[in-house]
Amino acid sequence: MADVAIERGGGHGAEHPETTTGLSHTKLAMWIFLASECMLFGALITTYVLYRGRSIEPPYPADIFDIPYTSVSSFVLLASSLTMVLALSAAQQRDEGRMRLWLLTTALLGMTFVGGQVYEFTAFYHEGLKLSTNLFGTTFYVLTGFHGVHVTVGVLMLLSLVGMSSARRLPDDPSFPIEMVGLYWHFVDIVWIVIFTVVYLIPTPSPGGPGGP
Amino acid sequence: MATVTTARREGILRRPTATTGFWSWFTTIDHKKIGILYGATALVFFIVGGLEALLIRSQLAQPNGTLLNADQYNQIFTMHGVTMVFLFVMPMSAAFFNYFIPLMIGARDVAFPRLNAYSYWVFLLGGMFIYTSFFLGGAPNCGWFCYAPNSIFDPTVGPTFYALGLIITGIASTAGAINLAVTVINMRAPGMSLFRVPVFVWMGLVVQLLLAFSLPIITVALFELLFDREFGTHFFDPTAGGDPVLWQHLFWLFGHPEVYILILPAFGIITEILPVFSRKPLFGYQFVVFSGIAIGFIGFGVWAHHMFAVGLGPIANTAFGISTAIIAIPTGVKIFNWMATLYGGDLRFTSAMLFAIGTVTMFVIGGLSGVTHAIVPSDYQQTDTYYIVAHFHYVIFGGAVFGLFGGMYYWWPKVFGRLLSELLGKLHFWLMLIGFNLTFGPMHILGLQGMIRRTYTYPESLGLTFWNEVSTVGAFLIALSILVFLVNVVVTHAKGRPKAIDVADPWDARTLEWMTTSPPPIHNFDEIPTVHALDEFWHRKYVEDERTGRLVPAQAGAANGHEEDAHGGGHGIHLPSPSYWPLVASLGMPLLAYGVLYSWWLVGLGFVVALVGFYGWALEPSVAPEDG
Repeated sequence: MADVAIERGGGHGAEHPETTTGLSHTKLAMWIFLASECMLFGALITTYVLYRGRSIEPPYPADIFDIPYTSVSSFVLLASSLTMVLALSAAQQRDEGRMRLWLLTTALLGMTFVGGQVYEFTAFYHEGLKLSTNLFGTTFYVLTGFHGVHVTVGVLMLLSLVGMSSARRLPDDPSFPIEMVGLYWHFVDIVWIVIFTVVYLIPTPSPGGPGGP
Repeated sequence: MATVTTARREGILRRPTATTGFWSWFTTIDHKKIGILYGATALVFFIVGGLEALLIRSQLAQPNGTLLNADQYNQIFTMHGVTMVFLFVMPMSAAFFNYFIPLMIGARDVAFPRLNAYSYWVFLLGGMFIYTSFFLGGAPNCGWFCYAPNSIFDPTVGPTFYALGLIITGIASTAGAINLAVTVINMRAPGMSLFRVPVFVWMGLVVQLLLAFSLPIITVALFELLFDREFGTHFFDPTAGGDPVLWQHLFWLFGHPEVYILILPAFGIITEILPVFSRKPLFGYQFVVFSGIAIGFIGFGVWAHHMFAVGLGPIANTAFGISTAIIAIPTGVKIFNWMATLYGGDLRFTSAMLFAIGTVTMFVIGGLSGVTHAIVPSDYQQTDTYYIVAHFHYVIFGGAVFGLFGGMYYWWPKVFGRLLSELLGKLHFWLMLIGFNLTFGPMHILGLQGMIRRTYTYPESLGLTFWNEVSTVGAFLIALSILVFLVNVVVTHAKGRPKAIDVADPWDARTLEWMTTSPPPIHNFDEIPTVHALDEFWHRKYVEDERTGRLVPAQAGAANGHEEDAHGGGHGIHLPSPSYWPLVASLGMPLLAYGVLYSWWLVGLGFVVALVGFYGWALEPSVAPEDG
């Protein structure tokens, strides 16, 4: 993101109206990107909600969800938002050692979450829920899979930051790139709160079962 | 060309330095060169899409046509639509935005020059990827909307190419949209408040935000389509409880904002052209701007008018009928503002002006037939007939394409330092106007007579022959007009380069891009101008005589932007060096896409290439030390 600092031409005197937001280009771009991502997950979640309880073949969500297990992995992911903030705080104090430690912790928590998701997918698969089994399998795997890919990309960025910091490739004040990756990371966490609520916590009526049509 | 300091830090990954020559086009991150690349590529796709249109019209010229069989016809009309929408009008608009947004707001480049190059290369490779389907088992054959469930059960590879190709071009457009939106919001010259930017830039901002918020929706839809076809999911599969109408909702939730993504750039262009050739300021600047914003907003709330005949029920149909009628209001406001701009003006009918007036008039015809679709019972009669084909060609061709050609005539001297021939330009305009109306005017009649869309032939007994013949003649007239345009380009560039002063401000224009040389130096402006008013350049050239109230030229030299070149500025301006990493990173994209079709090894390779590209990008030495 080194292309930011193109000369902006002239100082901004007080007599002129504001011609910039004062945000750096990268941060503004990140916010627009995250808004765009909201539409992406919005469309995916809408698809899931539309097809809730419309599978015509088992297994249904109530048959296979292990809510305590997923609650724990959700907690792990949410905890990673805290360690991300701690990493940013360390970066702002220019304490790169502590920053790397918290970044690594965040990445590990993220990897734990993704690992938990892989385990969960495997378990569901063995219980008979494939991508092609029914609408539940279709929508569940694609929605949570998209989220998992996002977490994985975030983990890659966190590890890259750790690597760049070790190789002294970050700017003297490393807080800016940390903050940008942090914005993305918190976004992915927040999306998971919505997905976890919609997919796991709100009971889905299954045909024949209680609350079914 | 002024020399530009290119201070580089030494590193393992050296940045290329050449800014001229053949190879520099592959590494350029200059918004002007990328704009030219976008424009040239879009023009090539326009010609390909136009040849497909000629095939369509030749097939339909007579009853029981035998030039194409049904399968070939499906591929050709689908690729015609996909090409014109995604590979011509969108990138051609991107070309104008790329080239002129930084110039019109007094910036040296876009916010993220390398991301800009990445957008272009991804778009190019995405377009080429879709076209390779012709050699790899058949092009998409499902219409540009690729309706499910037909598209998920289709046994050919066409719809898979469609889904992957549009995901790729969508990524390009999203990256470009974020880039340009940040540029407009954050990089305006001193004094240029948001209500001093030209309307073209405003429309650019609205379009970029429409892209950023509508493309993710179709991306999801395309992924779902792809998964249904390749991985056995059931998103749109009715046999497993899936709902094909979901595809239509997701598609049109993108597809209607897309209509404004196609037309608003042209609206912006003609809003620059009309005041210049009327020698009057734009009538009701704020109204035109707010109407553009309103069109963008309401554009997200009208999508189901594409689906009236699906059976959503009377309440949904009524609501969307009303919202559709409402969107005609801001559009009408704009049209009246353009007319009021012309009224009492000192009109000069140059080629650019003719195309701008053509845009307004043809768009009004298309807009009025659009209002007839907003009335639901009327739409039941028109839907899926040639009446619809007539309507959207009047708005997209009559509106967007005329406007884009107007922009080419208007800005050609700015970009290339040469004026296109006015004589050939006017010939181009009149041939295109007549050809266009001959082609698409009769389609209204054909549609109301019951000729259905997408039919590859029709029997003689239907009595459709005459108007189809007329339409085909018109299509070849349009082709002739494009030929005139190409001849114009060749002739213009074969002649010697005119003196710089002749192309510096040939139209007596009003906006910042004309305050620098034509073509502009790599750093755009030797000194970034400070803006005091809307139409800044105009106010620097003319002042109002206090006694008579008439416009008189300002004191010579008081505000002339060109004099700055005399003392050869540009020293000490740091611009980022070219880079080949955007191209490398973009190469991963088609590899991933072919991998989904053919081999997981290719997917892996695509990931590796993209990752290498992005890491090289992130780690390459920056230009100026302060870049970090």
